[in-house]
Amino acid sequence: MSTGQSDAKVKVEVVEEIVIRFAGDSGDGMQLTGTQFTTTSALVGNDLATFPDYPAEIRAPAGTLPGVSAFQVRFASTDIHSPGDAPDALVAMNPAALKVNLKELKKGGLIIVNEGNFGKIDLEKATYTYNPLESSDLDGFQVVRVDLNKLTREALAGLGLDTKSTLRCKNFFALGMTYWVYSRPIEPTLKWMEGQFKKRPELVEANQRALKAGYNWCDITGVFQTRFEVPPAKLTPGKYRNIMGNQATAIGLIAASRLANLQLFLGSYPITPASDVLHDLSKMKQYGVVTFQAEDEIAAVCSALGAAYAGNLAVTTTSGPGLALKGEALGLAVMTELPIVVIDVQRGGPSTGLPTKTEQADLLQAVYGRNSEAPLCVLAASSPSDCFAATVEACRIALEHMTPVILLTDGYIANGAEPWLLPEIEALKPIKTSFRTNPEGYLPYSRDPVTLARPWVKPGTPGLEHRIGGIEKADGTGNVSYDPANHEFMCRTRAEKVARIANHFPEATVKGAQSGKLLVLSWGGTYGSVAAALEHCEKQKHSVGWVHLRHLNPFPRNLGELIKRFDKVLVPELNLGQLIRMIRDQFVVHAIPFNKIQGRPFMTSEVIGAIEKELG
Amino acid sequence: MNATTLTKKDYKSDQDVRWCPGCGDYAILNAVQGVFAELQMDRAKTVIVSGIGCSSRFPYYMNTYGFHTIHGRAPAVATGIKLANPELDVWVVTGDGDALSIGGNHFIHALRRNVGLKVLLFNNRIYGLTKGQYSPTSLVGAVTKSSPNGAMDNPFTPVSVALGAGAAFVARTVDVFGKHLQETLRETAAVKGSAFVEILQNCNIFNDGAWMHVTDKDIKDDHVVELRAGQPLRFGKELSHGLRLRGFEVEKFQVGTEGGAEDCINWNPSTPNPGLAFAMAQLNEREMPVPLGVFRNVERANYEQSVHAQIAEARAKLGNGDLKKLLHSGDTWTVS
Repeated sequence: MSTGQSDAKVKVEVVEEIVIRFAGDSGDGMQLTGTQFTTTSALVGNDLATFPDYPAEIRAPAGTLPGVSAFQVRFASTDIHSPGDAPDALVAMNPAALKVNLKELKKGGLIIVNEGNFGKIDLEKATYTYNPLESSDLDGFQVVRVDLNKLTREALAGLGLDTKSTLRCKNFFALGMTYWVYSRPIEPTLKWMEGQFKKRPELVEANQRALKAGYNWCDITGVFQTRFEVPPAKLTPGKYRNIMGNQATAIGLIAASRLANLQLFLGSYPITPASDVLHDLSKMKQYGVVTFQAEDEIAAVCSALGAAYAGNLAVTTTSGPGLALKGEALGLAVMTELPIVVIDVQRGGPSTGLPTKTEQADLLQAVYGRNSEAPLCVLAASSPSDCFAATVEACRIALEHMTPVILLTDGYIANGAEPWLLPEIEALKPIKTSFRTNPEGYLPYSRDPVTLARPWVKPGTPGLEHRIGGIEKADGTGNVSYDPANHEFMCRTRAEKVARIANHFPEATVKGAQSGKLLVLSWGGTYGSVAAALEHCEKQKHSVGWVHLRHLNPFPRNLGELIKRFDKVLVPELNLGQLIRMIRDQFVVHAIPFNKIQGRPFMTSEVIGAIEKELG
Repeated sequence: MNATTLTKKDYKSDQDVRWCPGCGDYAILNAVQGVFAELQMDRAKTVIVSGIGCSSRFPYYMNTYGFHTIHGRAPAVATGIKLANPELDVWVVTGDGDALSIGGNHFIHALRRNVGLKVLLFNNRIYGLTKGQYSPTSLVGAVTKSSPNGAMDNPFTPVSVALGAGAAFVARTVDVFGKHLQETLRETAAVKGSAFVEILQNCNIFNDGAWMHVTDKDIKDDHVVELRAGQPLRFGKELSHGLRLRGFEVEKFQVGTEGGAEDCINWNPSTPNPGLAFAMAQLNEREMPVPLGVFRNVERANYEQSVHAQIAEARAKLGNGDLKKLLHSGDTWTVS
């Protein structure tokens, strides 16, 4: 790096962790900026967690409050689980970004603000009647005012780009500044630009210049008295990559299809925030993946069911409203006992709700949302990288138990990123699948004595021609049956088949106190926030136990026994109380709900507060 | 299996057929089993997929692979089957309510994509299994349980919908015209892409005689025109009448007195433009003859083949996809 004249005055402070938030207009490239900061921090060896937060509109009116898009990164030299509560630093590209995010910034935090966008009209769009930069609003913060528009124009002078294209590079000027402040190398982003704008050499040059100019501006001007360093985290040794939940899900599906030695079929309809799984798999055709963008959510699940019937590893990806539409077909999957995997990337609801925001309110829909008695297996992933393992497990259960499985992830972990210790492929257990080919004594609804799974027969197999469908099946033959006793028998058998899945996965374990006053029982994407809260409690010597659930239906076999060891159970959920109903339904338990339904994840402090309240 | 000759009986399943006595579906089942035997269709590779309705019980009676799915969704399930394994010969059996009402979306999209499915739509212009409500093909004024004062919705013409969706093969036949039905099924079996066949079918319980004008021996000659490739469009007793074009309108005329035989439209189902097929599908059945036969038969890229061609292309270019490479893609770093 260039050595600035002001280096002598600059103090370098080594800190354990930093939380930075990039905020701007939805056209300002904040998601891209945040992602680059994340990738670079990963390469430096920090542990990290991210929280992208963007509006549902692709381009909400420029400069307005609803148009603000933000990306929060927490990077640390220690093992962390969440993107952090309050940012240490805010990069605000316009008045709206400042207004929306200021209240969450830590007292004394750093604000890098683009004063070039604080004209009268900019302020009006953000509903400011005054200029906050000139007001007491920013008292107590460390404010760095910088005219990014002007500086970027100067940096790119002579390149011959039009004003619009020039100004689009200003996010990289800002990124360059943050790289300087937090002692990150600029090379990974410079290299990334070469690939990203390969076909537009003038844009490679422009963006690289903007990034370097931002970095050097800090070096030269001496505006910052302090630079920060966050040393590499002491993570488990091994090879890592930075991963987002939806990416991990897509890779997990490919891995499962290899482990089962089956062609992967994805039938999907575009829906936020699940579409990236469809995008990723569409690019992975060399893995033999068939992706089918169906005409609607119903066709997506139905095509998957057809593919399962034909002997593929069949998957459909969706979000809450799509899961609602798939309900009837899932009933057919239960009736025909075919293995399909539904991945529901939950978002705020009901109805269209908050498409780009997170929530955990599809649990009851997943477990119960079909007509009649239609049990199926429900799992939930706990973090971005855990989407990989959870996806593989969902496929394994579907194929080995011949049942539909719903995997719940959510917008927060689907779009959030963290370092992922890459698993050894050789260590992944193969998925047992077998197709029946022997016609001797074949009955479509005969059962495996252990799992109760019925045999899977691929159409095309001579001598095993048979018919299945949504009308009640006679035990064994699978022929249409209206016999009352048979119906009850089949309903009970289907329930028992799903219940027996619990014999094939590990029992739940309690972290922290093994018995006592309080057990925290959480599930799915709240893992990070709750883990951070529990670490705090441990430091405070609070006696609390914690169980985090992956298996929501069936529950781990020992869950009732674990719950009994505690006086009360605190159930934090991003809904109005769904797991808690299921727990109360199955166990005699003093359960206390802790709910948040704001389209945002729990802050660690909120969970700590809830725990401490119960501990008294 | 291939060594022995299969008879019609071999295509019958062991299940009792449970349609009402006198239902037109019996004749269709019989014709399908007959043609399948004639063509020596591989039972193991044949899959019959259906939705919900009287017609959709069809798979249970065929000794092939069969999937009786849910209302309207058969084309979607069948698309998944065909994409998963293009080797399978996939037939969809559906009805006017199943395909055109609740399943309208899947129906048009399967035809639009040209998925290799053979779709047989039994059109009886009534909901039979739910005991007699008007369907999307019931005529305006149809008095049914749910339209005691007469149906008010304008009906779909299934052939028009199929043509509008871009279907590459579109035909119409009748349950009781055994020979024509078998001939149409034979042609359908040979189609590589989507094949759509409307089968006019009588529901003798809830809508008896819906197709009387087409099937009644005494009047049918005046009410039916056969579409045969390369043949002029003539109908009536002793082919007294013909169909000709006046502008964009198809009009009938008496051959000899009102025009010459050379004025008749010479039928060609394979023209690039489906306009004339559409005009024939739209003929007002009260005043004009009902066309039977092949409306359209053109070659189009087949969907499942295109899908698998892209996969093969990716594999030729990039190899068969190494899982380890995938896991380790993107920026990685090592912690020691």
